[in-house]
Amino acid sequence: MKEKIYRWFFSVLAFSSLVFLAGIIFVLFKEGLPIFREVSFFNFVFGSSWYPTYSPPEFGILPLILASGLVTAGAMVVCVPLGVGSALFIHELSSERTRSILKPMIELLSGVPSILFGFFGIVVIAPFIQTTLNLPTGLCGFTASLVLGIMAIPTVCSISEDALGYVPKSFREASLALGANRWQTLTRVVLPAAGSGISTSIILGMSRIVGETMTVLMVSGGAAVIPTSFFIPIRPMTSTIAAEMGESAMGSSHYHALFAIGLVLFLITLALNIAAELISRKYRMKLGLAQ
Amino acid sequence: MDTDTIKIVRMLAENVDFFYGSTHALKNINLNIFKNKVTAIIGPSGCGKSTFIRLLNRMNDLIPRSRLAGNIMLDGENINEPNTDVVDIRRRVGMVFQKPNPFPKSIFQNVSYGMEVNGIRDKNVITEKVIESLKKAALWNEVMNRLDESALCLSGGQQQRLCIARCLAVEPEVLLFDEPCASLDPVSTKKIEELILGLKKEYTIVIVTHNMQQAGRVSDYTAFMYLGELIEFGHTEKLFTVPKDKRTEDYITGKFG
Repeated sequence: MKEKIYRWFFSVLAFSSLVFLAGIIFVLFKEGLPIFREVSFFNFVFGSSWYPTYSPPEFGILPLILASGLVTAGAMVVCVPLGVGSALFIHELSSERTRSILKPMIELLSGVPSILFGFFGIVVIAPFIQTTLNLPTGLCGFTASLVLGIMAIPTVCSISEDALGYVPKSFREASLALGANRWQTLTRVVLPAAGSGISTSIILGMSRIVGETMTVLMVSGGAAVIPTSFFIPIRPMTSTIAAEMGESAMGSSHYHALFAIGLVLFLITLALNIAAELISRKYRMKLGLAQ
Repeated sequence: MDTDTIKIVRMLAENVDFFYGSTHALKNINLNIFKNKVTAIIGPSGCGKSTFIRLLNRMNDLIPRSRLAGNIMLDGENINEPNTDVVDIRRRVGMVFQKPNPFPKSIFQNVSYGMEVNGIRDKNVITEKVIESLKKAALWNEVMNRLDESALCLSGGQQQRLCIARCLAVEPEVLLFDEPCASLDPVSTKKIEELILGLKKEYTIVIVTHNMQQAGRVSDYTAFMYLGELIEFGHTEKLFTVPKDKRTEDYITGKFG
């Protein structure tokens, strides 16, 4: 009897996050879908002007989607080489002592609240970019990419490092015993074997970047125009929601449109997470770690 | 003198001591490994036999805080000299591990890997050598039609023979087998043993095993190790029939181990 109660109790705990997830999805659909009575799904996603407060309002989120895409792509260019590179260094080259210092440091970076990254972006990176590149403002897509890229390094690094750790020692030994040097062993055996794990880390880093709000709100500049350059102010999806939620009247079209943006964002991150899961499953099978 | 009048020392351990941190794992080992002979190293778990065989191709270099004293010679050269090329040593002294460890690559790529990393680019040379190595490892007939399949689809015994083929492809002089049959069934074990007997014509072989019958079946010389010491070394027949040391006798008669 007692055991049954425990079982029941922990099942409830375990499934609670499922309930929350379902609740979030429900709210997104309930509050987001009404906008499609005013504007078609196609015109919503591919419309190129976002003027929610004009009359008549225009709800085209293409500039926001493109801004998110641009910032994410730029951030990947920063975080993939640095994240994977540090993982390789920590795993392959560093001494035990260096590793014991470096790994916690990188993990600490992931614990820094995103608003502090925003401060750092505004105070240090944006002025630097502005003066170096002689721009009208340093708050632009480029700066946002840089700051977000730095933020995502710990995610990429620590998951890549785990992936490298999963590569059986026997592969490395076999390669070295055949007369391969360390570099060959790394590039031809270890990296391919860890490849899918590293891809997973990159995708998860990407979904962290796509969903990041506070930092982009602070450093991306905030202009909802189609981004034609890396160096102009832009406005990704997340910062649009954050910036405009407070000023939209509850139940208005604007309000519903913001929820619909949230829905699109949710679908994008969902797709990324599913991709990450599929890849990592394939990878565990390849190494014979799972069926 | 018996049949093997020509005894050329291919490898030689001279006053070898080895430490893991403060653990004294090998104590003053002196051992000759003769060319074109099979030398078996037997002894109970933890006696240092695997540690010793891994010194012969410097695999223990990878272990942090380990220390080696004494000399290990290959064809008269000390393999631990500072200017020795460890990559060259490992190419000349191939190793087959306890658990079959093919790469998660195709059968062909597993065998061609060693050649590629050693700078052989000519596709024809590589293909020929892959075929030759698979034949020598008695695996060719089983895989000739599926060279592009993943090596992980093979059975354990086939994987181990693939690992042997992979070693042969880089043309080593010495082959080290670290309990190669420990994870295999009797039929696969028999195949590997037959293979070892065939390979000694061309290679010098060292095999670590805790299976005394196996040592008896495949080896010309046997070394018995116990608690990090080399207790006795000699012709396999003699060691198994008239052991000189009481501990050897106790071990081979099954009193401990």
